[in-house]
This record gives sequence, C-alpha cells and structure tokens, in this order.
Amino acid sequence: MALDQRADDQRAGSTAPTSTIAGAARLFDYWAIAYRRTWKGSAISSFVTPLLYVLAMGVLLGGFIKGDPTRLEGATSYLAFVAPGMVAAQAMTTVFGEVTYPVMGMIKWHKAYFGMTATPLSVPAVVLAHLGFVLFRVGTTCAVFLLVMAPFGVFASVTGVVAAFFVQLLIGLAFATPIYAFSAGLKDESAFSLVFRLGMMPLFLFSGAFFPITNLDPWMAALARATPLWHGVDLTRMLTLDRLDWSMVAVHVAYLAVLALAGWFWAVRRLSRRMIS
Amino acid sequence: MILARGLRKSFGDFEAVKGIDVDVRRGESFGFLGPNGAGKSSTMRMVAAVSPISGGELHILGMDPADDGPSIRARIGVCPQEDTLDTELTVRDNLYVYGRYFGLPRKEVRARVDELLEFVQLTEKADAMVEDLSGGMKRRLTIARSLINRPDVLLLDEPTTGLDPQARHVVWDRLFRLKQQGVTIVLTTHYMDEAEQLCDRLVVMDKGLIVAEGSPLTLIREHSTREVAELRFGVAPDGDSHEALAEKIADLGHRVEVLPDRLLVYSDDGEEVIARVHERGLEPVAVLVRRSTLEDVFLRLTGRTLVD
Ligand SMILES: Nc1ncnc2c1ncn2[C@@H]1O[C@H](COP(=O)(O)OP(=O)(O)O)[C@@H](O)[C@H]1O
Ligand SMILES: [Mg+2]
Repeated sequence: MALDQRADDQRAGSTAPTSTIAGAARLFDYWAIAYRRTWKGSAISSFVTPLLYVLAMGVLLGGFIKGDPTRLEGATSYLAFVAPGMVAAQAMTTVFGEVTYPVMGMIKWHKAYFGMTATPLSVPAVVLAHLGFVLFRVGTTCAVFLLVMAPFGVFASVTGVVAAFFVQLLIGLAFATPIYAFSAGLKDESAFSLVFRLGMMPLFLFSGAFFPITNLDPWMAALARATPLWHGVDLTRMLTLDRLDWSMVAVHVAYLAVLALAGWFWAVRRLSRRMIS
Repeated sequence: MILARGLRKSFGDFEAVKGIDVDVRRGESFGFLGPNGAGKSSTMRMVAAVSPISGGELHILGMDPADDGPSIRARIGVCPQEDTLDTELTVRDNLYVYGRYFGLPRKEVRARVDELLEFVQLTEKADAMVEDLSGGMKRRLTIARSLINRPDVLLLDEPTTGLDPQARHVVWDRLFRLKQQGVTIVLTTHYMDEAEQLCDRLVVMDKGLIVAEGSPLTLIREHSTREVAELRFGVAPDGDSHEALAEKIADLGHRVEVLPDRLLVYSDDGEEVIARVHERGLEPVAVLVRRSTLEDVFLRLTGRTLVD
C-alpha cells in the first residue's frame, strides 16, 4: 500500500502541461537562472544608455533646435519630442538584440531548445517562454528609460507615461514575433549583420523617432508610415505629450497587435519545422 | 513498453529506417548494435517522441507518439547522442531547470538533484560550470538529467562514444547499477563490448534494417563459432596474397574471413587451427586465439566490420 502510494506520487510528479501557458511557466526558472548570469551588464547599460541619449540628443542637440510646437508634433521642446521616440526605439533595439543571435544559439550553438523539447514541453511553450523573457527585457529597459527621463519634465501626465510603458510592451511584441520567426529558420548567422544594418538602423533613423517624418520627401514619409516603429513612436508620443487622437490610437494598436499575432504563428511554424525532423 | 511494427523513417528521398519490428519488455535492457549510419539515432528519436514516424506503427508505454508526445516524454528519460546541456549554467542548475520542465515542484526537484549528483558522482562538481567538465562528466550529467523524472524507460543513444576507456567504465558501472534497480533501458551503440556488457537482448542493425535479434550469447552461438583464430602474415614481396593464403587454410575452420590486416578462422578449437597452419609450413608473424564476439556476428551477417 505504502509502496503503491509512492509509485502513484512519482507518476503524478512528472506530467504533460495542460496548456501552452502552463508549459511556458515551467521555463520560468530556466530564464530566471540564465538572466542571473548576465543581469549586471544589462542593468548597467539599460541605465546608462538613456542618460547618454538624453544628454546628447535632448540637451546638446536639442539646444540647436527651436521648441516650436507646430513643427514638433505639439512638443514644446525638442527633448519632449525626442524622448518618446527614443523610448520606442529602445524597445525595438532591445528586441533585435534578444531575438537574433540568442535564438540561433538556442537552436544551433548550445542547443538548449533541444533539451527543452525532449521533455513534455512543446515548441509553442518554448517560443512563448522565450518571448516572455524578451518582454521582461523590454519592460525593464523601457521602465528605466522612462524613469530616467521623468525628471527632465518631458511627460505631460502620469497616466500618459504609464500607458506609454504598456505600449512599449506591445511594440516589443510586434517586433519580437516576426524577427524571432526569421531567426528560427535561419541556418547561418551572417544574415544578422544585414538585419541590423539594413533593417534596424534605417528604422531607427527614419521612423519619426528623432525628427518629424513630415520633414521627409512625401514618398519617404509614406514609407515611414508603413513601418511598425513609426506606429509605435507616434502612439508613444501621443501618450507622453497627452495629445490623443483616438482614431489614430486605434490604428496604431491594431497595426502592432496584428503584426505581433501574425508573427507568433509564423514563429511557431518556423521553429517547429526547424526542430522536428 | 515499446512496440514497433514496420517502423520507417525517411528524410526526403532517403530512407534511414526501412521497416523494423521491435519489442522492448519491462525491466530488460535492450540494445541496437550497428555501425554509423545504420539508423540507430533515427529510431531512438522516433521512440523519444521528438521525431515523427514516416511509416509503420509505434507505441511507447501504450501510447501513440503522434497523439500523446508530451505524455510519453513525461515518462521517459532521454540521453541524446549529442549532449544538449547548457554549458553556461552550473551542473546543479542544469539538473534543476530540467526537473522543472517536467512540472515537478521546486522542493522535490532540489531533493532529486542532490540524489542524482551523488549517483553519478558529481556532487563535488555541483557548482562548476558545465563547460569546465570533462567529456565523461558531461555524459554522466546527461544521464543524471535523463533520470530526473524517474522515467519508466531510459533511452541512451551511444552513451560512451567519444569517451576514453576509463570514463567509459565509470559510465558502464552507473548504467549497470540502474539495470540492477530494474530500470528499463534502451541503448544504441557501435561498440560490441558495450552491447555484450549491458544488453540482455539486442538487435543488430545495418542500413536501416534489423539483420539479427537475440541475447548476446545466442547471437554468437547462432552466427559464429565458439573460438576464432586470428592470423597475421607479414607482407613478403613474393609472398601469397591474403586471399591465396585464405584458400590454403579454408578447410581448417567453418569459415575464413579476410580482413585488410589479418585472417580470421572460425572454429570451435582455435589452438588446433594454429597447430595445423604451422604443419602446412605457413608462418604467420602473430597469432591469437579468442572467443567469438558480436563483432564476428556482425562481420558474418554484413561482411563488414562495426568500427572502421
Ligand atoms: N535529419 C536528417 N536529415 C537527413 N538525413 C539524416 C538525418 N538524420 C539522419 N540522417 C541520415 O540517416 C542515416 C542514419 O542516421 P542515424 O540514424 O543517425 O544513424 P546512426 O545513429 O545509426 O549512426 C544516415 O545516413 C544519416 O546521414
Ligand atoms: Mg547515431
């Protein structure tokens, strides 16, 4: 009887998760332990980066720019204009860093994903947990960014900043799922340097983070309007300046959400193809 | 525990496993012996429910991997051919996170980790980084990891390939202990001594097919003689070729195999063979009489050696 009981306990111990979310939750300890190894470096850079940006772009560069609300989408100073742009751009660059080389490492170099999927965990659970970690990284870096900039008086309201914070998570997700999908199917890491140079850098520079896209040629402005970062920047800026156009809010949120969702299905498909043969 | 009928695996046009039948019973230790490329890993990955089958039937613990992959994986332990340890985590953390993947409570995992570190003799290395471990230690850690969920079946794909002889013996010793505890073990290997030591029953695999099945002893009895006389001849410029020599002594045993460096004469009395060889005025530079092994069985069945 006691022995039978023990056998039952053991079997009850190891189980298949009841859902993708429950499966992903089992990966929490893995990501927490992996993060503990690197957090110091990333914590310092996520604090210093916004300070350098604010100093260089906002204060020094901004000193040359007249704070004309009609030419700065309603901002009364260049710093107030550029702050939301920098936060959104930071959300994006954090994602690029987290879902390119690290994803390839999990598949190809240290193969940690293969350890995970040899257990009851499924590919969607593995993707979800990794994206959860990426969101955590986006959340912490952007929260620090917002806090560092708050004393410079660039935010119109507290509610606006809090909402802007959640928007960064949405921006993060909208970039994370499709780029994850791209990385998951990639055989060779040499494409990543192109992704950074021809993908991330132009987005970073021309999506309205640092100057209004109305300064661009009309066709370039139209192109910029099609990019996810512009939607993210514009939404963030509306919130931090407290100048909301609700129909545009809806467009931005819908755009980012659809991108995140489509990317999710693509990511799961690409990783499954890669892992299951 | 494991039942396969006409099991197949294709990669595109290439068929790695061409229809095999396997039965593994509770408590036994079962082996797949075969050279590189025989299809052993492809088979193991299907059994581990990480690779979909291309044809035939496969049941693991009574479940179909196509429908119940996660439930099957919850109850088996897997030691893949290539280590998938996280080299940047410590030994202990590797075991700990892996235990969590099975849904075990944190406290339970911690207790099991200590127990398993002890079992694979890595307690002193618990806080070392995996990248600093030797090959044998990594293999033992992978074995410990595969035991964290107290599996009903343990799958080991080439558990000692690439290890030096001493490290191999440590691994064998641990596996032997598990076998004595009644754990069902399925292993693949291309070392005949490993198969002989660890397997109650095995199949010999070649080019995606099973060519023989039985216990090591019955396989040797059925497909080989009791003893083998190995003869090495020096290379004399005007001397006979191996083939010619083989013909001269063909009647001395049941069978003569010609290898690049020696002749094998299969007979129930090896000493007798050697005496007769000398009687015929032939002068091998080295002779050796030994018992038949699974290597001889493989040579007999496929005409090739296991390890090239
Ligand atoms: N993912 C794969 N894609 C294509 N061919 C493969 C794949 N995995 C194995 N093979 C081929 O299948 C054959 C059997 O391989 P494998 O099962 O690894 O043999 P073993 O483990 O007995 O050495 C080999 O010829 C190998 O090249
Ligand atoms: Mg293999």
